[in-house]
Amino acid sequence: MSGAGDLLHVVSNDTISARRKTFARLIIWGSGLLLLGVGAAQTLHSTGNAALGFENWRPTLYAYVAWAICLCWGQVLLHGENGKRTLFVLPAALFVISLTVFPLLFGLIIAFSDWNLSSPTGRHFNGLDNVRQMLADPFYWNAMTNMVWYTLAILVEYAIAFGLALALNAEIRARKFFRVAFLLPLMLSPVAVSWMIGKSMLEPRFGPVARLARELGWENPSFFGDPNVAKATIMIMDAWTFIPFMMIMILAGLQAIPKELSEAAKVDGATGWRAFWEVTFPLMLPVSITAILIRIIFKLKLADIVIAVTSGGPGGATDTVTSFIFREYRDRSNVGYGTLLAMVYLVVIIIAMTLLMKLADRITRPRT
Amino acid sequence: MTQIFFDSPQDAPPRGNWNWGRLAVYALLILWSVICLFPIYWTLTTSFKMAPDVMKGNMIPWGDFTPKWLGWRSLGLSPDTWGAESTVRAEFLKRFANSAITSVTSSVLAVVLGSLAAYGLTRFSYKFGYMKNSDISFFFLSQLILPPVVLALPMLVLYKELALLDTRIGLILLYTLSVLPIVIWIMRDQFASIPTDLEEAALVDGLSIWGAFITIILPIALPGMVAAFILSLVLTWNEYFFAALLTSTHANTLPVMVASQTGSQGISWWSMAALAWAAILPLIVIGVVLEKYIIKGMVAGAVK
Repeated sequence: MSGAGDLLHVVSNDTISARRKTFARLIIWGSGLLLLGVGAAQTLHSTGNAALGFENWRPTLYAYVAWAICLCWGQVLLHGENGKRTLFVLPAALFVISLTVFPLLFGLIIAFSDWNLSSPTGRHFNGLDNVRQMLADPFYWNAMTNMVWYTLAILVEYAIAFGLALALNAEIRARKFFRVAFLLPLMLSPVAVSWMIGKSMLEPRFGPVARLARELGWENPSFFGDPNVAKATIMIMDAWTFIPFMMIMILAGLQAIPKELSEAAKVDGATGWRAFWEVTFPLMLPVSITAILIRIIFKLKLADIVIAVTSGGPGGATDTVTSFIFREYRDRSNVGYGTLLAMVYLVVIIIAMTLLMKLADRITRPRT
Repeated sequence: MTQIFFDSPQDAPPRGNWNWGRLAVYALLILWSVICLFPIYWTLTTSFKMAPDVMKGNMIPWGDFTPKWLGWRSLGLSPDTWGAESTVRAEFLKRFANSAITSVTSSVLAVVLGSLAAYGLTRFSYKFGYMKNSDISFFFLSQLILPPVVLALPMLVLYKELALLDTRIGLILLYTLSVLPIVIWIMRDQFASIPTDLEEAALVDGLSIWGAFITIILPIALPGMVAAFILSLVLTWNEYFFAALLTSTHANTLPVMVASQTGSQGISWWSMAALAWAAILPLIVIGVVLEKYIIKGMVAGAVK
């Protein structure tokens, strides 16, 4: 979260006529009232208090879009130049608010309800029942523990990525070829990867990796039978996809180190291993931490390959929180419970990321 | 565009001083290239194999097996089936079109919204209630932490009520949302590197703020926008979770099709390999051709 660039200071004196201001207020409030009116009418209709013949909630959506447009337009009318500046940020802000804040609030309501989408009874509040169910659900906590293991695997990924970045940063030929080759796994869709690797290359009878394992003396290679092996396999597949990401960031950091520094270290007699630990590694700390933090964020969303390869098996050993909730919904179409689990996950993530960022801040702050 | 990695001649290594250290570096690089490229190679060759070739683990085309169009024929994409009607091909092309439309539209939308917001945040000081610039930036970037699963089920219910389930628009909205923080992150970095003198001069010359932005700043920031666009395209093309939840028959994308095929046991390896390869091909092309932009996008903001 670095600071912004130089701010542009523009002084403008707009004279905005009273009529224009009135018109602006009129369209903002008018469209707002329209939105409220349509919303109220639809609520009445859906609760069965008035038969107004709505098929879905689209009219409210249209009214909302109209209000959002009027709000943006009204800013220009009301504040002139200042309004035009607001117009840079306002559309994105409205977009994000309407697609996250609103569903999150709505999600809070769902989280404390019993709502099976396939049952005709509809939604009704059930207080803290979902929470009690969650506390007693061994599979959810198992998925949470798995997430800790998956996150810890990032340290290994980081070490490999650092090694590769160092190799790419060495004086080598065909650097561009290696860079493109190393980058490719990141481009591939996780679902295709889960077939290409998880289902075909790791296939116990014909897969090339299984063959190789047999050559090396593993009698019956099975990559998804044993819980620990299965977890490790998922970690490796995910690492395969995302190591390029960390590698590129670390490589960029390595190339940003001034040549004089490493030369000075060489003059002072630091070579090889010592030069790395005492010069390169400390210099790379800020970049490393950014790379690891971003990687953790992506890791916490891990689901695609788990859903496509193991669907959480064997016995939940490879489950991530996301894939668990996905199956919870797919199998039981229980929206309420799934939402509560997701909300709890979000809270845990926010707390953990805040702590990690505080920690990262302390590590990178220059020692005095 | 500032170059991040240098391939210039003076950067090239000196000839002729081979030693064990460099040999080890090359060995490591080649080993990792094999690890990266082998699955892609394996999938491509498998799509040309017949059942016995798969069982025997033959790997070298024309060497130990004769390539056949079997896998591609089952998709309706082999030379001899081009002319004929094919329901599988129609299905595949429909999914492909869905993927292309949703990913391109949402990336364009995200780049437009994100660039505007990033520009505003790097140039002007805002105050919405208690929220200042840094708070607004944090609000946008914090969306990155939000796991998709938190939004998934509320969105599912909302979309059901709004009749947006199984529509491309529904997917586009969510995809735009999911890549917007990344776009803002990249573009903020890009705009912050452009000196404000440019706009000041333009404003003195009588351009309005939006005029200066569009005619002067946008062309300079274009590489950053391309980088953000490509990165968004990759992420949205590969997205599976929302697509699996929110689409069923009309709007489902290529990853959903691939995943639904992997589940069924009857499907044959060669056609699966052909499908997987066809799904990743656009990205391989993008990765090879536009590698520079992808890297630029990934390192934005990380290295100062």
